[in-house]
Amino acid sequence: MANKKALSKLKGREAIVVGIILVMVVVFSLLSPTFRTYTTFVSLLDSSYYVALMAIGVTFPLITGGVDLSIGTGLISYALFGGYLIVHQEMPVAVGLIACVIMGTIFGVLNGFLVAVMELPPFLATLCTCMINRGIGSLLSGGFGISWPSALSSDGWFRSIFRINSNGKILPVGIILILVLVLVMNFVLKHTKVGRYTIAIGSNKEATRLAGVNVKFYHIFAYTICGFFAGLAAIAYSGTYVTIYPGSGAGFEMDAIGGAIVGGVSASGGVGSIIGTFLGVIVICLMKVGLPFIGLQANWQQIITGLILIGAVLIDVVKKRKV
Amino acid sequence: MGDVILTMKGIDKSFPGVHALDHVDLEVRKGEVLALMGENGAGKSTLMKVLTGIYKKDSGTITYEGKEVEFKNTREAQDAGIVIVHQELNMLGHLTVAQNLFIGREFKNGIKIDDKKMNEEAKKLFDRLNVDIDPTETMSKLTVGKQQMCEIAKAVSFDAKVIIFDEPSAALTEAEIEEMFKIIRDLKKKDIAMVYISHRMDEIKVITDRVTVMRDGTYVGTLITNECTKEDIINMMVGRVIYEDPKTVSAVPKDAPVVLKVEHLNAGKMVQDVSFELRKGEILGFSGLMGAGRTETARALFGADPKESGDIYINGQKVTINSPEDAVKAGIGYLSEDRKRYGIVVQKTVAENTTMATMHKFMKGLFIDKKKEEEVAQEYVDALATKTPGVDQLVVNLSGGNQQKVVIAKWLTRDCEILIFDEPTRGIDVGAKNEIYKLMNKLASEGKSIIMISSEMTEILRMSDRIVVMCEGKKTGEIGIEEATQENIMNLATREIN
Repeated sequence: MANKKALSKLKGREAIVVGIILVMVVVFSLLSPTFRTYTTFVSLLDSSYYVALMAIGVTFPLITGGVDLSIGTGLISYALFGGYLIVHQEMPVAVGLIACVIMGTIFGVLNGFLVAVMELPPFLATLCTCMINRGIGSLLSGGFGISWPSALSSDGWFRSIFRINSNGKILPVGIILILVLVLVMNFVLKHTKVGRYTIAIGSNKEATRLAGVNVKFYHIFAYTICGFFAGLAAIAYSGTYVTIYPGSGAGFEMDAIGGAIVGGVSASGGVGSIIGTFLGVIVICLMKVGLPFIGLQANWQQIITGLILIGAVLIDVVKKRKV
Repeated sequence: MGDVILTMKGIDKSFPGVHALDHVDLEVRKGEVLALMGENGAGKSTLMKVLTGIYKKDSGTITYEGKEVEFKNTREAQDAGIVIVHQELNMLGHLTVAQNLFIGREFKNGIKIDDKKMNEEAKKLFDRLNVDIDPTETMSKLTVGKQQMCEIAKAVSFDAKVIIFDEPSAALTEAEIEEMFKIIRDLKKKDIAMVYISHRMDEIKVITDRVTVMRDGTYVGTLITNECTKEDIINMMVGRVIYEDPKTVSAVPKDAPVVLKVEHLNAGKMVQDVSFELRKGEILGFSGLMGAGRTETARALFGADPKESGDIYINGQKVTINSPEDAVKAGIGYLSEDRKRYGIVVQKTVAENTTMATMHKFMKGLFIDKKKEEEVAQEYVDALATKTPGVDQLVVNLSGGNQQKVVIAKWLTRDCEILIFDEPTRGIDVGAKNEIYKLMNKLASEGKSIIMISSEMTEILRMSDRIVVMCEGKKTGEIGIEEATQENIMNLATREIN
């Protein structure tokens, strides 16, 4: 009953995405007995944390009508930086965690500055910082992978933010953190000035400026939120995977952006919700984890992801044409 | 009449290459509606933008409520009580009505925006203005009329003492205009001063108390609305001296064959039942004020926008034009008013631009015949006297006038018999203008037929053999160059529509 009520509160688009998720779960479960196991469930969640965090962040630039392509290689670069401090400089783990977030935030501000003040096209500006990040990551690590402390070592406490090993049973507690952040950022987007002006900029930037809003500030802020969450995603990635490899990370941003678009964020700006983004991320991650169970390997996943995105964007375009 | 609340004196403003405002004066009194009139580009909107801090004035003084002021931005002007209701609606379509009304000054409850209070305040405001709008409705779902009411309500909510309406009625229906007038009369009683920019003579008569007229960036004069006629106002608007000789006689014989005939063309609100004929070797001017529907007519004729109905005959043969491709096949070329956006590819060479529309003529098998392309481009450069170091020069390095010539060359390679020039000399300096004029005359004398859309009265009178005047999507008249005067054109361009 309570569930039904919660469902009816979701808006049209979000309800559709929930429906898609249910259909996918049912289909995968029917076709593959190994899919419907606890282990799969946990690995699904593990692989969704960093995507979800990136997606929450990138929703803000997307709603302003822009994009942030730097979060994928950024994530790896920040995680390498944190790992470098912990492993090679023997600093406390907490310092490494904070370093991830600070570096992410700095790159967020930089992206925001390039877009809002220097007026570079977001696609171009963040493509450049994407490449810069990849270079920084390789430089820091000297080209070798860096492993953050393992769960068994005394410094591995940070991994229990995301999963707790209780008598051989793994509890995916990271999802609680993600859900809390989803609710918090949903509130920020819907009920605070930052969120309101993010939508306003995506809706009509000039009109927002003429209303006396400091558009540049809020535009930068949107990218800063994105960078901050890329930093959090770096922590989630380091907390769920063993080794961070320099040079990886390209393409991660597409999962996050794809999730946001599937969840109803308009590629032309002005429209979107964090809850929708989160649901969209679940769709993307379900596919990545689920398709191999029914015998479709990576290449098929990409093709199907592409098709789903076209579908999601088409809904957007068709709706607009009607108006 | 009330006391003076606002005085602008000797306002001067230049943009690169344009002296937009030349020592303009303006005086507004409490509780009056002052009409601000003038042709396109007379400087009305610029003056209002200087007032509200969107533009910075070069010199002059603004006195408001007895004190000299200079607002740095619209926010400061708003806070002081001067608010502009824009020509284009400045609405955030994705937000609700109340969120729009209070954008930039949201009520807050801690860090949370208090949407409930905003909805209540919006409701109170609408009640006060007797407007029936739901504050929680999404803005994009309202009709244009309702959106306009929101803009006005927003202005009122700033405790405005001066409200500027920049062509507020352009997109409204009769009933909506009536509703807006009711609000304006209400505001007058509350001693609010209003500046009303509009081209619609009948509205000026109904709603305004005084009329200030501007022309070419200068102040012409101010009249009491009740004591003047429409003709008085028009004379002030157009009473300029034309330096270049207007054409007085058309060289086109009266029995020249009709190459293009358009009958009952309809395409949305901006093109309603437009019919006209174009004769061989003729330059047919299309005159009218901003938003008269001239460009829209050309675009519908050219197949760039969908048309609802209407027949097109070329050399007496009925043709179907559903796309620019069809139009080009029928021998029509269209030179857009927005050259940079639609006309040329600035990062390509003169030769490449010249042959862009006729690639197939320059193919040698699968490859482009560069040599032939350059030869042909050179021919046109010579014929049109385009000033360029060579045909391999990037178009971006050419002046506006020479870029326009490249566009003309592009259409000439297609053997177009009918050329539509939309604002052919916009953004082109005076010397180059004369060359474009000469070129157009030459083309006409060679038997090409030209439709020229122009917002410049001098250009219309200098170039046209015949003039079609449009107003709000309808053709309001047709004048031969022999009878044409600034006055009778402007009269048709501002004709009241019943």
